Amino acid sequence: MAKNNSLHPNSNGETDDSPNMLVYRKMEDVIARMQDEKNGIPIRTVKSFLSKIPSVFSGSDIVQWLLKNLCIEDQVEALHLGTLMAAHGYFFPISDHVLTLKDDGTFYRFQTPYFWPSNCWEPENTDYAVYLCKRTMQNKARLELADYEAESLARLQRAFARKWEFIFMQAEAQAKVDKKRDKIERKILDSQERAFWDVHRPVPGCVNTTEVDIKKSSRMKNPHKTRKSVYGLQNDIRSHSPTHTPAPEAKQPTEEELREQIKFWQAQLDRHRLKMSKVAESLLSYTEQYSDYDPFLSTPDPSNPWISDDTTLWEMEASKEPGQTRVRRWGFGIDEVLKDPVGREQFLKFLESEFSSENLRFWLAVQELKRRPIREVPTRVQEIWEEFLAPGAPSAINVDSKSYDKTTQNIKDPGRYAFEDAQEHIYKLMKSDSYSRFIRSSAYQELLQAKKKKSKNLF
Amino acid sequence: MCDQTFLAITFGPCDNCSQNKPLMNIYLKNEPINYCSLCVELMACQGLAKGETTNTLKAESESLKAKLEEERAKLHDVELHQVAEKIDALGQFVMKTRRTLKGHGNKVLCMDWCRDKRRIVSSSQDGKVIVWDAYTTNKEHAVTMPCTWVMACAYAPSGCAVACGGLDNKCSVYPLSLDKNENLAAKKKSVAMHTNYLSSCSFTNSDMQILTSSGDGTCALWDVESGQLLQSFHGHSADVLSLDLAPSETGNTFVSGGCDKKANVWDMRSGQNVQSFETHESDINNVKYYPSGDAFATGSDDATCRLYDLRADREVAIYSKDSIIFGASSVDFSLSGRLLFAGYNDYTINVWDVLKGTRVAILFGHENRVSTVRVSPDGTAFCSGSWDNTLRVSAYLRSSGESELRNILYNTV
Repeated sequence: MAKNNSLHPNSNGETDDSPNMLVYRKMEDVIARMQDEKNGIPIRTVKSFLSKIPSVFSGSDIVQWLLKNLCIEDQVEALHLGTLMAAHGYFFPISDHVLTLKDDGTFYRFQTPYFWPSNCWEPENTDYAVYLCKRTMQNKARLELADYEAESLARLQRAFARKWEFIFMQAEAQAKVDKKRDKIERKILDSQERAFWDVHRPVPGCVNTTEVDIKKSSRMKNPHKTRKSVYGLQNDIRSHSPTHTPAPEAKQPTEEELREQIKFWQAQLDRHRLKMSKVAESLLSYTEQYSDYDPFLSTPDPSNPWISDDTTLWEMEASKEPGQTRVRRWGFGIDEVLKDPVGREQFLKFLESEFSSENLRFWLAVQELKRRPIREVPTRVQEIWEEFLAPGAPSAINVDSKSYDKTTQNIKDPGRYAFEDAQEHIYKLMKSDSYSRFIRSSAYQELLQAKKKKSKNLF
Repeated sequence: MCDQTFLAITFGPCDNCSQNKPLMNIYLKNEPINYCSLCVELMACQGLAKGETTNTLKAESESLKAKLEEERAKLHDVELHQVAEKIDALGQFVMKTRRTLKGHGNKVLCMDWCRDKRRIVSSSQDGKVIVWDAYTTNKEHAVTMPCTWVMACAYAPSGCAVACGGLDNKCSVYPLSLDKNENLAAKKKSVAMHTNYLSSCSFTNSDMQILTSSGDGTCALWDVESGQLLQSFHGHSADVLSLDLAPSETGNTFVSGGCDKKANVWDMRSGQNVQSFETHESDINNVKYYPSGDAFATGSDDATCRLYDLRADREVAIYSKDSIIFGASSVDFSLSGRLLFAGYNDYTINVWDVLKGTRVAILFGHENRVSTVRVSPDGTAFCSGSWDNTLRVSAYLRSSGESELRNILYNTV
């Protein structure tokens, strides 16, 4: 029997950190604590009618232990976590195929580490066939096949018709070995074996916890680790969980990659950072400002369509008449005006009345340019240049000379970002100048008050 | 003591310097070569120097990284939750599932909202992509992809098309026609091509560009009409699992998270990685920007969600509990950024107070892993998709005075 040092990392000091192993490790740590002699769940042998039920504890024992030891505040949560651990096969009800946890006197037993999911079990159907076949050879009523098991057996007999004799022989051999065991030991092992199959061949309708996310499965498929044969070789038994076995060596970075990394870290070091206190205040004030608009914090006016089954809220938002709350939001910052199509419209209208709309129109045109298919970009760049920046342009905008020079260069090889510098400059201008004028304008103020007058007629 | 003499078996041109000299027969990576003794020595020295260079570079990189952590830590004068002590705690949340969408034959892997706030697109392991009016629960369109495991889907800003992909390594765009009888599959347009599975896709502010992330470790920006690659983003050292575009009107950045435990912020224009964060202990499954664009949240297989602020340039909050041991698959913020909804592999959705760091609700109801959670565009509801083949749309019902513990049950209509 090969001894496995379960906590031995590889030469890089890494242990197997693949996502599934991480979860198994955590569950196994909980199980280890549950099995602790002093602070764990008391395991006992219960005297039943004519016999003894060895090595069991009750469902409520588990729930109470979880509540106490994992700082869980609620019984429902404890029950849920316990059910998940049972569904993964770490403990199981001794009289039921369905692996769930009940908060009552139902008896449960721990699974042997040999059968833990962290051993990367992928048992084949031939093994399942051997198991079901073996079960039919045992003359105990309590070990009779359930309906779904009988159906599976019938299907497997058809599928493996040609090698059925071999399977039968295997089953006989296994049954023989089982018979030789001590009665109590046999009860325990039988139940653990059954629980193993309940995980890998779950009752129809139950969740199959062995299903993996295909994105992660490629990292888990380590052929050296996958166990497929349940009743085959007896000499690859591992009594320790391999959740702490070493991962394969990672690729060493090349010289070039290292130089790139160094450049990156240097650039990061040069970055300007804000103090946490300032950042925290900013996050708090943003959230505070928008909490009136968050349907999870304040009920929308008139109602949340999902709750009231009334779509008035959406109809109001789709209309061209902006409500007071919507108009108020434009005052939070220029981005709010630019984001809202009605806001943009009002802003444009205001600037046109002042004969200063070319900045906004330029900004909107450049945004639109970036949304075009790449094929249309060169033509559109020319059009924007002609309209806003070329000498004698009809809607001439004022950009700083640096941005102007850069843009002149860019349009020689026109791309989506040809006007990026100019647009940034114009945005800053609008933010500090046009936007503040808009918010102070009578047009905006009227809209802000408008609801008070129109509220009767609004809808 | 033994006499070490190399017998010069041959005399001829050295493979390296071509001079006629006594040659030594040596093996380099199992290939026999003939070098003169001088070249053999030079080669040995170079190898040594190269090893040294790599080691010095490695050491330099490590020390710079450590210095960066030092600099970041210097500005850490207070914890977010400490500053948040002055604001009111949230009331207890009663949420109600208002719609259950049944129709997928296998695990729901991804979903996205339409900007009209009521339609959604969802994709599944069964290869189907379905467009629903979630408000009426009607299925409006259905497409069968040529592959199973459609891991990514997205709604176009105009509402006139959807994009999807997965194990086919591609991202395809389907225009949605008003004619229900029209065969959508016929109009399919293949846009993105990766060399491994497509994990996530998102339209930019336009129907004309798509941003994708892939198991091949890269992200890419594509022109939809021509299928041309506009920009690629290299920097992750393992599968990229998720991306999210910054919600700014002027921004050109996005964040990505992957199996290398890193969250990277990218400049879309230059393709450069402009910021990087590595504090998770396992795969980052999902990334989402905080509504202001100054921060983002991540959900990871290490069973935690974390908040990273771009201005502070560090992790500023961790959302975790001892009793949560299964990975977080998906995260999204409520409209104000106060709440973080996170779907987990233990079939639950936990709702976190972003500022105080506490959990304000736990929602049961799904019968298998929650694979995707998205808040609707106007924040009135959130939709969760699960391996139990269903999607559920839930909304906030009311606040209650009772303790958190009682109000944790999902009620179906």
